[in-house]
Amino acid sequence: MATHTEIPGVIETDLRVVATDVVARAMKAGATAAEAIVREGTEFSTVIRLGQVETLKEAGSRALGLRVFVGKRAASTYSSDFTPDGIDHLVNGALQLARVTSEDPFAGLPEPAQFGVVAGDLQLYYDDVYSLPPEARIDYARRAERAALDVDPRLKNSDGGSFDASTGRKVLANSLGFVGDSRGSYCSVAAIPIAQGEDGGMQRDYWFSSARSLSKLESPESVGTEAARRTLRRLGARKVASTKVPVVFDSVVAGSILGNIFDAANGGAVYRQASFLAGRLGEKIAGANVTVIDDGTMPGGFGTSPFDGEGVPTRRTVVLENGVLKSYLLNTYTARKLNLQTTGNASRGLAGNPGIGSGNFFLQPGARTPQQIIGEIKNGFYVTEFLGFGVNLVTGDFSRGASGLWIENGELTFPVEEVTVAGNLKEMLNNISEIGNDLEFRSSTACPTLRVDGMTIAGE
Amino acid sequence: MIPNQSLFFQKFGITANDLQRYLGEALSAGGEYADLYFEYLTSTSISVDESMVKSASQGISAGCGVRVLAGERTGYAYTDDLAPEKILRAARTAALIARGPAQQPVQSLKESAAHQLYQVSSPSADADIVTKLELVMRADRAARAYDPRIIQVQCAYVDELRQILVVGSDGTYATDIQPLARFTLVCIAKSGESSARGQSGGGGRVGIDYFQSERTPEYYAKEAARQALIQLDAREAPAGEMEVVLGPGWPGILLHEAIGHGLEADFNRKGTSAFSGLIGKRVASEKCTVVDNGTLPSRRGSINVDDEGSPTQNTVLIEKGILKGYLSDKLSAKLMGMADTGNGRRESYEHIPMPRMTNTYMLAGDDSPEDIIRSVKRGVYAVNFGGGQVDITNGKFVFSTSEAYMIENGRIGAPLKNCTLIGNGPDALTKVSMVGNDLQLDEGVGTCGKDGQSVPVGVGIPTLKLDRMTVGGTAR
Repeated sequence: MATHTEIPGVIETDLRVVATDVVARAMKAGATAAEAIVREGTEFSTVIRLGQVETLKEAGSRALGLRVFVGKRAASTYSSDFTPDGIDHLVNGALQLARVTSEDPFAGLPEPAQFGVVAGDLQLYYDDVYSLPPEARIDYARRAERAALDVDPRLKNSDGGSFDASTGRKVLANSLGFVGDSRGSYCSVAAIPIAQGEDGGMQRDYWFSSARSLSKLESPESVGTEAARRTLRRLGARKVASTKVPVVFDSVVAGSILGNIFDAANGGAVYRQASFLAGRLGEKIAGANVTVIDDGTMPGGFGTSPFDGEGVPTRRTVVLENGVLKSYLLNTYTARKLNLQTTGNASRGLAGNPGIGSGNFFLQPGARTPQQIIGEIKNGFYVTEFLGFGVNLVTGDFSRGASGLWIENGELTFPVEEVTVAGNLKEMLNNISEIGNDLEFRSSTACPTLRVDGMTIAGE
Repeated sequence: MIPNQSLFFQKFGITANDLQRYLGEALSAGGEYADLYFEYLTSTSISVDESMVKSASQGISAGCGVRVLAGERTGYAYTDDLAPEKILRAARTAALIARGPAQQPVQSLKESAAHQLYQVSSPSADADIVTKLELVMRADRAARAYDPRIIQVQCAYVDELRQILVVGSDGTYATDIQPLARFTLVCIAKSGESSARGQSGGGGRVGIDYFQSERTPEYYAKEAARQALIQLDAREAPAGEMEVVLGPGWPGILLHEAIGHGLEADFNRKGTSAFSGLIGKRVASEKCTVVDNGTLPSRRGSINVDDEGSPTQNTVLIEKGILKGYLSDKLSAKLMGMADTGNGRRESYEHIPMPRMTNTYMLAGDDSPEDIIRSVKRGVYAVNFGGGQVDITNGKFVFSTSEAYMIENGRIGAPLKNCTLIGNGPDALTKVSMVGNDLQLDEGVGTCGKDGQSVPVGVGIPTLKLDRMTVGGTAR
């Protein structure tokens, strides 16, 4: 097996010069304010299946996005064409669009005093993600898959082992003089084994490790072994009768529920009254044991950035404190709409107005282990996977497909599948009766194990 | 000889000789097959929120992806710069999936036959931005005028024009210019303490005139507002197994999740699908015939050629309950010794093609929708859905209602809160006991995700009755 060591596509242009030049050209062409983002990235990925290389992918790319204001009208354009003609087209297109959009009194860049970057080394970039020779990268993927398949003869098939590495750089510049520049790196190793039971039924599960530095990545062997454990325990899963019992969400699915809370605290959903948290600031909306924080400044975090999508420094925001809703997550526009201050949560794609993005968003851990939490339940459901996205943020209604393990007398017994777990997020927040001590950041959103009472399981 | 009116020849100065040279480079390390996918995509989006056009954007994305196949292995590289040295470098990178001297020559390129499915006099992408603005503003006004309880309206119009050129070392040469337009609208209704959401939308491979005549902004506005108001009075959905009736059209997402993904050839080649090895077996009641048809004019899921340059087809998946075939791309077709069904699709030049659905639907049956409803003692009538998901290995799938009603003693009753329906793909359709005579395709909003790649798709069903399915509500 051979591959290529060079990562193609990165051109040595000073992206800061490109970004500030685009802003200057937009201002010269008639914009009253302008903001440009330049992104550049490289990626490497490989999938090994049943010991053989299945795919190898390598590439680099870059793109440019421009947002202009003409008075209180906004518009945006994007392109991957960095030639002078391409940039002219980008600038002229944005200004033409800004003639037709509406005057919006709340539109505009942040106030000049709000710009800035978080000081110090945030530990976001490590060039060691590409330090391995290609053969060794492929071997990472191979080792993860092999470790999984070696665990048990019932692991007969595989959706593969994989290794991915990427780096990215973004430069944000605007007509108020802000120029921010940030680089990040990422690598991950994963395994997706498939087990077959005596009845012929198949189950698949996965596990992964990701990190900003190769040196912080868990070993492929530990990832593969955990993937095998998660897959094997699903064999022979069955449906249960519809019932109402305590539900324990493992940290993976609990993180997904916490993601729903993030979406409900999104300032855009709040000002549009499209969130069940609209109008609830300062009220107690969850149990006193629930504290939720967004922190964009944690060194090395997957959600860390020195500045947000508008050039405002990221920060630590307490969203829920002992059950009280203390803050929404806001960018400049949504803050103005709600007569609040931005929380530095602007997210910026190439096109369109900024949205709301998380920093490192987490629920504060409790003191007890998941085993202790499960150990107290006489009859309950330990959920390890959700299927589907049945959450209505306007009403809080929650109904999702689930699989996991049944709890009897404090022990995990048989695997369960083809059931749903349903309730309402407003009630679920008040019915979190236990919070585990197992907070671990595997992505930018992290939540410990949660026990939630009062939910309905629908099955037979 | 190949025609040279393609944008890639005219704008980027690429020649037929260049294409041969790039393919040659891609096969230089012994690969068995190579292809190049050139893409030039322009898109426009305009949206209204709080009766203001707060956002309008336009963009261009262009690039070339090079793929090399060697046995079951795929090498892939792409560039967003169409300069010859960049494409050659991508070809060299992808080539190294194989090792050794070149073995396969590049065949001379020959233009593929293609459908003419987009009956568009002028693409929506060429229409004036002011015309698009008027559409979204009309929708906003109509939704607000529908009822004073409609307190928020968000509406977006998005269109794109994708120009592609696909060349393969087997002589494949195909070009296509694919228009796509979509209108979406979300309403929030509020009454006392109760809030609710309604959503509508549609479109296809159509021009802007479609939204001025066939499906007007007022049509979408009324539909989203109607749904939001109904949901204001929704009560708890039941929990457990019961009879389920699906309305026609978009509830066909059932087929997409329950069987469509499980029949994609890559999963079956690898033996990772719950449908592996079931060809010729009964997987549905004999009332069910299901096809995937990429050749329907103007539909969102239709394309003249797939992203490997092969013409799309009408493929029978299930005939009278018996599993007939899989959806394949070139790689799976070759490795499985089956015909390529023209389902090799990809999100963009940055992505490796794989088997994907186009428009997946069930043919009409004989039952009248009224008889189907009347036959239900206690069950759920689901007419609109959000999204769905499937685990193709164990076959379990879900789809979540956005508009549903109780049926009691053959009569449609109260509206229900959103809930998820869950089932098992290989046997869900065996529970189909009645099939309506009212086949409808969806309005044209579907986007399917697989391995991180999104592609536009369509679905459709007539009114269907499933004798048993698990409904994921909270009420007993």
